[in-house]
Amino acid sequence: MMADPVFWTALINNVFYAVVSVIVQVSGALALAAVIEGLRSERLRGILRATYFIPSAISLTVAGLLFYFIYEPELGLLNGLLDSLGLNQLTQAWLGQENTAIWGIIAMSQWQGFGYSTLLFAVAIQRIPSELYDAAAIDGVGGLKKFWTITMPLTREMTGLMMIVTVAGSFQVFNEVMVMTSGGPNNSSQVLGTWLYRSGFVRNDFGYAAAIATVIFVVTIVLALIQLWYGRRRRVEW
Amino acid sequence: MVTKTMSKTKFMGSIGRIFIASFLLCLAVVVIYPLLWMVMNGFKSNGDMLSSPFSWPRELNWQNYVKAWNRGVSSYLTISILVTVTSTLTTILISAWAAYGLTRVAIPFNRLMTTLVLGGLMLAPAVALVPLVKLFQALGLYNTYWALLILYTAFRIPFCTFLIRSYMLDLPREVDEAAEMDGASPAATFWRVILPMCRPIIVSAVVLNVLFTWNEYLFAMVFTSGGDFQTLPVGLTSLMSKNGTDYPVVFAGMVIAAIPVVVLFFASQRYFIRGLADGMGK
Repeated sequence: MMADPVFWTALINNVFYAVVSVIVQVSGALALAAVIEGLRSERLRGILRATYFIPSAISLTVAGLLFYFIYEPELGLLNGLLDSLGLNQLTQAWLGQENTAIWGIIAMSQWQGFGYSTLLFAVAIQRIPSELYDAAAIDGVGGLKKFWTITMPLTREMTGLMMIVTVAGSFQVFNEVMVMTSGGPNNSSQVLGTWLYRSGFVRNDFGYAAAIATVIFVVTIVLALIQLWYGRRRRVEW
Repeated sequence: MVTKTMSKTKFMGSIGRIFIASFLLCLAVVVIYPLLWMVMNGFKSNGDMLSSPFSWPRELNWQNYVKAWNRGVSSYLTISILVTVTSTLTTILISAWAAYGLTRVAIPFNRLMTTLVLGGLMLAPAVALVPLVKLFQALGLYNTYWALLILYTAFRIPFCTFLIRSYMLDLPREVDEAAEMDGASPAATFWRVILPMCRPIIVSAVVLNVLFTWNEYLFAMVFTSGGDFQTLPVGLTSLMSKNGTDYPVVFAGMVIAAIPVVVLFFASQRYFIRGLADGMGK
């Protein structure tokens, strides 16, 4: 396994997936949720939360197929958009090239998932007593400072949880990669999940598939234990 | 001097507000536009789509939906509904029983059992894939409806039990005692008293479970690779490979697959958010 270059490609792709997902679906979603919850109109807040969530309700298969078409070189929305902006030199076969394929998939996954974590952060923010914000407003504290001094510290548990869940999820990615590229071209967008599948069910090497499964198991179990420890520590604090 | 700084912050504030408003709007467009594009392409003729993929459809081609329906989507949809309904029923029922037993009945090794059930939350499906395939092949369940029913139920019980259990823990003990005084058996207490009281969390659990089952791909693909028994996510990919260049039909199939869950989400938003919040927050 250690001598298998595709295993390393897959592992690194999972790490890329985790890093981008933490940036977008944890930090980005927290900031977005804070902005939304800061809006005055309750109605608007509800509409935005629901709108951003729609991609998470449709399946990863539908979203993956949709983005397969969006990245399509001739018909796709992305190249069409670049063309209309006069950026023709940037148009390319996004999923057909080794250096862009995995990033195309990761970008799709952010589109699909950010609404879900934004919703969870919004719920966490709603639980913060509004007196804190009122008091800060009376003291003339600005929006950004409120975010740093109230929102961030008081949603820390949710942030920690989301971080663990997001990283664990990034190591179990399968569906979207399978639908969009099947790990190609030339195995450049393989992740551990698809490489496991390919090894076991296409190349019939179940032993190797089990070895990859062990790697996923170790990563997810370590994260789960951290989560457990995190939850226990929090209970004592409360 | 004071008024000057005041107006300056006010000015900055409104710039900030405009910036935030346009950012939120752009993000909404980024979310909605691809979905709209999907729906529009589902209505185009093939030539229309190939020549002008970004325009509105010239006419509404409902035939794409008919074609998608006849080329397998009707069967994928039926199977998805069947699997979703039955596995959600069994999952919720077993989870509610388990939660009742773990929270309200004095059983030996209660703590150990709770840990065992909830420990299932940590097991990633991909990790168990190979042994499960071997097991189901040996049992003769590979490529059958039963494989999906068993797998979905088994893999969802930990999460649903966790949700319902944490809700039951908050119900007052006096309820059980009152029922017992009235001569109700534990089973009657469960069906007539506790379960109705848990309705909000049961609804949340049902919604989350339906979304999960409807969209699940890995097990559906591996355990029903035979062909005549496919759920929508797997069916869509074979629709795609079978209809090589007839893209509008594929788009129509995607729309059919997406509509039920989007409708379910909007109809049950309140419960859904509650379930998510309880599942993550506790």
